This record gives sequence, structure tokens and C-alpha cells, in this order.
Amino acid sequence: MKKLMIAASCALAFMAGSVQAQDTSIGSSDPRSLRIAFDVPYEPFEYKDENGELTGFEVELAEAMCDQMNATCKFVIQAWDGMIPGLLARKFDLIMSSMSITEERAKRVLFSEPYYITPGGWFGPEDFNTDVTDMDAMNGKTVGVQRGTTMDTFVTEKMGNVVSIKRYTTADDMVLDLEGQRLDVVFVDYPVGEQTVLSKDGFKEVGESVKLGEGVGVAMRKRDADIAREVNSALRTLKEDGTYDTIMQKYFAYDVKI
Amino acid sequence: MPPDFIAAWLNKNDIFTAMTIMEYWDGMVTTVQLVFLCLIIGLVFAVPLAIMRTVKNPFVSGPVWFYTYLFRGTPLLIQLYIIYYGVAQIPGIQETFWWEIFREPFYPALLAFTLNTCAYTTEIIRGAIISTPHGEIEAAKAYGMSWFLRMRRIVLPSAARRAVQAYSNEVIFMLHSSAIASVVTIVDLTGAARNIYSRFYAPFDAFIFVAFCYMALTFTMVFAFRKLENHLLRHQRPVGS
Repeated sequence: MKKLMIAASCALAFMAGSVQAQDTSIGSSDPRSLRIAFDVPYEPFEYKDENGELTGFEVELAEAMCDQMNATCKFVIQAWDGMIPGLLARKFDLIMSSMSITEERAKRVLFSEPYYITPGGWFGPEDFNTDVTDMDAMNGKTVGVQRGTTMDTFVTEKMGNVVSIKRYTTADDMVLDLEGQRLDVVFVDYPVGEQTVLSKDGFKEVGESVKLGEGVGVAMRKRDADIAREVNSALRTLKEDGTYDTIMQKYFAYDVKI
Repeated sequence: MPPDFIAAWLNKNDIFTAMTIMEYWDGMVTTVQLVFLCLIIGLVFAVPLAIMRTVKNPFVSGPVWFYTYLFRGTPLLIQLYIIYYGVAQIPGIQETFWWEIFREPFYPALLAFTLNTCAYTTEIIRGAIISTPHGEIEAAKAYGMSWFLRMRRIVLPSAARRAVQAYSNEVIFMLHSSAIASVVTIVDLTGAARNIYSRFYAPFDAFIFVAFCYMALTFTMVFAFRKLENHLLRHQRPVGS
């Protein structure tokens, strides 16, 4: 998710690192009062409703998390490019804006345990009846993926010898080829497939969706280990007591829990 | 650079492994096939079209003029999109035998490239034909040669000599234009580079290597054309050189 921005934010984060180094004399943020940053709009995760109120899956999860931690939270709007630099410059304390956990980012920030993951989904025409996990049945089929995504890696590793893989830069081009019957089936990020493939007539989900990658986590400053501990335990409680599921069902027709 | 240094460098980098080199190689084969085929087919059709273009009758030259105007007036990328995605949208095409050809991206790309290069080549050859010195044609007429014989023995051979330099440019442009084949899922040289780039997030390494591959191909062709020019234009060289 938001992969293209990894490079930019890493570069900015690197520059902001020097800023962070200067203010180490100030102690850790108070876990009772937290500022959480979102990049809006990114539906259905964070966006403003008709009244201009900030809402969405991650916003509601953040509210529930703050209640659980007995913290007073303030929500901050921050453009994606300045996310990690803003965190390191202490403009806010947490990022809950669909930031996928990656090795590169984990060098700059501290991630909580993942709190959601969007699965890869199999989509194809109505008359596609092959079991996508059955390698013999899939033999000779043409599968479309978006280049460089976790779905691409999955298909390349698991089915590279069996199916013929077509790689696309944009989901739109891929869907055009699915409609034109050049592809038998596509394997894409579920929300993307839901918006592009399922919105058309004659297409359906053709197999179990698969969770790939490490998921999305709350990002914090490296030295706020106390906050990270509280965040992790709060998220764990929410996942166990059903609050998480209630919020999830409000926004998704499928499972994003991890 | 000593060879063991290169071997050590190859061993410690993640990108240029035997597997990715093979991917580049497969891409190179696809690029060469695509470009070679479209140039040959384009040239074969361009010669009669160029002759038709020089004919005075507007019903003969008009359609050819329109064709070259159309294909030189629009970007190759747009032509490729229209042929690749457009054909798939024709209702019922999937049930006809045409679909066997147009299902794979190779043939739509080959068709687009051929139509494009053929249009340019037609104009190059036409320019060479109409610049045939009048004296040569009059001399041929004085010998009693028919139009066909005149074309075959006098006009086309001398036009070929004049066209070869401009045509070598067209060949190089076509090689470079073939990079856009990667947008319709063909894994040519550029497609291989894009795959490797997205796998390792290393744009510089992936694309600089592919740039060298294209350069090697280009210089091979430049070299071949220089040999051809030397052969065709040897009568123009000063005596004793």
C-alpha cells in the first residue's frame, strides 16, 4: 500500500533524522495524551464525512484504542510525504494511516503489531470454475498481477512454473485485458479488485483471498517503547473483545484482521 | 579490472544473478525478433506503396498518402493501444480465428510496429524515387525501356542508394520505439528491466543495464549499415581511397 511513496518518505525521514537527534533531551511523550496522524482521504480507512468529521476504519479503531489506553487523543491531518519526518520531528506521536510494515521504514520508526492487512483476491469471469489452488487445474491459465506487488511475488513463487503470468503497471490495464479475455483470472489487492472488477457485470470472486505481507501497523518514534507496549496491549484487547470486529464489519465485507 | 574482481562483484550483488541475466537475455531475444520482423515486413510493403505514392493518378496515390499521413501523424503508443485494447473490444472477436492471433500481445504489437515503420519507410523511399535525376529517366526512355523495366533497372537501384542513410535512422528509431511494447505486457528488454526494477526497487541498476543492451544493439546495426553504405556507395568514393 502506498508503495510508490516509500522511496520519497524514506529520503525525507533520513533528513528529518538529524532533527530528531537534536531534541533527545526532551523525555518521552506522555502516554496519556497522544496526537495521531492520518493522511486523508483514503477511503474507507480515513476520510471526512459530509459534515467534515474525520471518520473511517482506522479513525474509529484509533478512538477505540485511545479509550482502551485511557488516553486523550488529538487527530492530526498530515500529508503522506511528511508522515515519518513529522513523527520524528514530534509534530505527532502516532501514525495510523495505512502504513505497511516494511524493513526500510522499520529502520526509522517503531511499528506496533500489525492491526490490519488487505488480502489479495482472485477475480475472474462468471464462468470461471477452476480451483485456483489446484495447480493441475490451473495449468496453462493466464494470470494477471500488478507488477512488484506482494500478489506478483506470491504468484511468481507459487505458480510461476504452472501458469503464464502477465504483469501490469496499473489495475485499469489489467482489468481491460480481463474483460477482453486475454486473462483467465487476476490476483489483486482485494479493495482494488472490489472497485475495478466486481463493479462490472459478469465478474465474480473466484477463490479464497490470501493474506500477504506483514500488514499495516501503528508507527511510533523508536524511543517511545512505553507507548508501543500500551498500543500493542490495547490493540490486542480490541481484537479479542470484539470491538475490532464490530468496526471492521462496518467498513468491510471481508476480513482484514491480522 | 581483473576478472576475479568482477566475479566477486557479481557474487555479492543481488540484482545481476544468473536468473536476472537470463531474463534480460529473453527480453533481448523478444526485442530483436519484434524489431527485425516488423522492419522486414514493413520494407517489403513500403516499396510498392512508395511507387504507388509517386503515381500521378490520385486514386492510386491518394490512399497511400492518407495511410502515411495517418500513421506518421499519430504517436506509436496510441496506435499500439488502439490495436491491442481496441481489437479486444470488438464484439464477438473472441469467437473468431482472429482471436488466436490477437490474444497474445506479440501480434498486435508486431502489427502496430509494422504499420508504423511501413508508413515512414514508404515516405523515405518515395523521397528517393522522386529525386531520381531526370536525365537518367530520359536516357532509359531513349533506350526504349518500358515503365516497369525502367523502375526495376534504373529508378529503384539508384533510389535504394539514396534511401539507405535515411533508412538506417528509421531502423534505429524503430529499435528504440520498440521499448513501448512493454506497456502491453510483452517482456522485451524494457519489460525485463521493469520487472527487475520492481522486484529489487533498484531503478538505476535495472535501467542502466538495459540502456547498455540497447546501445550494443544500436551500434551493431550502425556498423552493419556503414558496411552496406560503403558497398552501395562505393562509386562515390574518391579514387584510391
